[in-house]
Amino acid sequence: MEAKDPHLHAERFAESVRGAAASRTPLRLRGGGTKDFYGQALEGEVLDTRGYAGIIAYEPSELVVTARCGTRLAEIEVLMSEKKQMLAFEPPHFAQFGSGGTTSFATVGGMVAAGLSGPRRQAAGALRDFVLGVKIMDGSGEVLSFGGQVMKNVAGYDVSRLMAGSLGTLGLILEVSLKVLPLPVAEVTLRLELPEDKAIETLNKWGGKPLPISASAWTGGELGVRLSGAGAAVKAAREKIGGELVDATQGERFWAGMREHTAPFFENDAPLWRISVSSAAPPLKLQGEQMIEWGGALRWVFSQADARTIRDAARRAGGHATLFRGGDKSAGVFQPLSPVLMKIHRELKREFDPHGIFSRGRMYPDL
Amino acid sequence: MNVSATGINFIRQAEVATRLRQRLPSGAVLYAEEDTRSYECDGLSAYRQLPMVVVLPSNEEEVREVLRTCSELKVPVVARGAGTGLSGGALPMGDGVLLSLAKMRRILAVDPLARTARVQPGVTNLAVSEAAAPYGLFYAPDPSSQIACSIGGNVAENSGGVHCLKYGLTVHNVLRVRGVTIGGEIAEFGGEALDAPGYDLLALVVGSEGMLAVVTEVTVKLLPEPEAARVILASFDDLEKAGNAVADIIAAGIIPAGLEMMDRPAARAVEDFVHAGYDLDAAALLLCEADGTPEEVEEDVASMTEVLRRSGASAIRISTTEAERQKFWAGRKAAFPAVGRISPDYYCMDGTIPRRKLGEVLVFIGQMEKKYGLRCPNVFHAGDGNLHPLILFDANDADQLHRTEQFAGEVLEKCIEVGGTITGEHGVGIEKINQMCVQFRPQEITAFHGVKRAFDPEGLLNPSKNIPTLRRCAELGRMHVKGGRLPHPELPRF
Repeated sequence: MEAKDPHLHAERFAESVRGAAASRTPLRLRGGGTKDFYGQALEGEVLDTRGYAGIIAYEPSELVVTARCGTRLAEIEVLMSEKKQMLAFEPPHFAQFGSGGTTSFATVGGMVAAGLSGPRRQAAGALRDFVLGVKIMDGSGEVLSFGGQVMKNVAGYDVSRLMAGSLGTLGLILEVSLKVLPLPVAEVTLRLELPEDKAIETLNKWGGKPLPISASAWTGGELGVRLSGAGAAVKAAREKIGGELVDATQGERFWAGMREHTAPFFENDAPLWRISVSSAAPPLKLQGEQMIEWGGALRWVFSQADARTIRDAARRAGGHATLFRGGDKSAGVFQPLSPVLMKIHRELKREFDPHGIFSRGRMYPDL
Repeated sequence: MNVSATGINFIRQAEVATRLRQRLPSGAVLYAEEDTRSYECDGLSAYRQLPMVVVLPSNEEEVREVLRTCSELKVPVVARGAGTGLSGGALPMGDGVLLSLAKMRRILAVDPLARTARVQPGVTNLAVSEAAAPYGLFYAPDPSSQIACSIGGNVAENSGGVHCLKYGLTVHNVLRVRGVTIGGEIAEFGGEALDAPGYDLLALVVGSEGMLAVVTEVTVKLLPEPEAARVILASFDDLEKAGNAVADIIAAGIIPAGLEMMDRPAARAVEDFVHAGYDLDAAALLLCEADGTPEEVEEDVASMTEVLRRSGASAIRISTTEAERQKFWAGRKAAFPAVGRISPDYYCMDGTIPRRKLGEVLVFIGQMEKKYGLRCPNVFHAGDGNLHPLILFDANDADQLHRTEQFAGEVLEKCIEVGGTITGEHGVGIEKINQMCVQFRPQEITAFHGVKRAFDPEGLLNPSKNIPTLRRCAELGRMHVKGGRLPHPELPRF
């Protein structure tokens, strides 16, 4: 039986971590398992974080929520929507890749460790931008607190943000405080027809104007644009942008499909590459189906092209490529780092996880 | 014997200066006291130290030479931007090199389509927005020293400003930092894309107070200038009511572009100075700005006015022209110099607290004014709970200086007690290093030292700032526990 008391779970974590550290055996930190597909390798015995669950504090007027790692993301989202607030980075659940079918088992800890953001990222910022504080357990079983619940905090190094996207390689995220934002009063989706190069150019030009664009998605000659904000502002922007108005329910479903990769575009068996580039980078001209998000800054490509071709194209466009799902991981899931950065990564890993037990190989083979 | 009256070992000084001169243009290496004197402090002038040697590199290659040399000779290096920092982060070391980035002040590129600017570290904050203005763009973080402070310094301190509630801090507005490690290697943190592979080292470097790498180039994000902006000036007859109004605005689902507060003593000081037309009978004034499209601004101003009325504002004025908006802001922006006029010296604090604790902390500050017999006008970035109480004192009076330090220490510890932090945007530097021992346990301090070691194993980049040694904390820890002022005296402390 699983204990209900979260503190017992925290004690169990410490025992597992100390045991693993003593025997140098790897631990695989895992919440709902919805992002098992993501990353280089899954090594070690599963340390299930789901027992350490619960929302510790939620103060709508402070714009902050603090939750334990095993808390279901869906639970937080429901609570927030009751207060007309949201996690503005629109984190993907990827429920369909977990064991719950359409029920999302995605956890808050997994969300932070994966560090992924959805369509609203282009306007609101990424997950890392909303992390205010964390409590972690390091590789010796020591509990450490960084950051806090306030918006501005420059005391010490920003270790909280370092945890975002670290894929569990530096520590077990026990608790996290996140900044939340009010839900936009009005939201509409527009559809326009534009070829790829024109779409990229247009999105960037719009980006330079004070328009309330909160998401964009282009594929196959069709561009979807979402406007969010005050009613009057959305109305005025609609006229400036033009295009065809999408029915509200369909619009919501469309962006959920983009965020969760359940949109028709993502029904494809080829390896899926996530290519993060300068928003104004011209078309990548890679073979395969392509989806452009984030005002041009994120390009999804289903491609059989080899990793080198794709990574070279990403580099030329000012960015990097991740083999997001499927394909041959031996080519490296994440873009290799420069030797100086790799050295810093190894040293940081050693400082936080001296025995190398946490999520070994999940990010880079030797980390 | 080898030590001069200024505390500098001149044999070591000659050795270091000679080595640096072999690798740098001779004018770039200074060590005569008349040349180094102007570097002895930053914006926190209560702390002064003459540097052993000052170097002024003109390009990244010269920065690498400086760092390689210092690494070989094991000389500590303190990087300095414009020297406007308020926490002594750029305070030199008597056995160290002061590395000024003031000569690296070129705007390398502005890309209006991608909305980015690539600049050298010595470029001033305001110069970035000026270079972007022809394209209808601006750089959002706007610390009050923006005409003078440098982007490199902003990166080191993770600077904020009056608009960060809506637009974020430096860490949210920088895409890429190029820097040089103590070993002289070039490292790129972040990139031109919105994210980078691996750990978020960019987040670590921003706000690291020059302790991890020396910044040589920064790519910042530019935002479209809002078409319109209006500010509401609301009076309250009670500080706590004003504090609650701030929470009410946020709870109403509005994120204002700026949400600032000042108390009556601060308002009086600025009114005498800039004649902003403030209501001097009010116990507190709130400045509440909306920006965006004209439609958005009208809608937000209407809803904010409604909330402020319900929250008990005794008077409300709304700027009708851009000139009036500027006038309303002029007072807030001139708060520090205005206070500088009414007191020989002032000491600015930077604690940040959860908004709901505003009333409690203000009452506490009032009690401290009485306890220490010193006045303390208050200005805050109320929207994000960042306080800037200004303790007025006379530095020539040793007892006043001492009382000021104790006053500030108590207020910062109060901030920690209510769940806040000792510094929201000014940094720890040398000034708040003791309070770090109260905010963090030895375990976290140890982890911070680990982060430092990962970048700078020998601890040569700006050592003795930002992160205290455990030994220092141990000594203070005992002191604090004895005073009975620690929130959790049961916690183990070294």
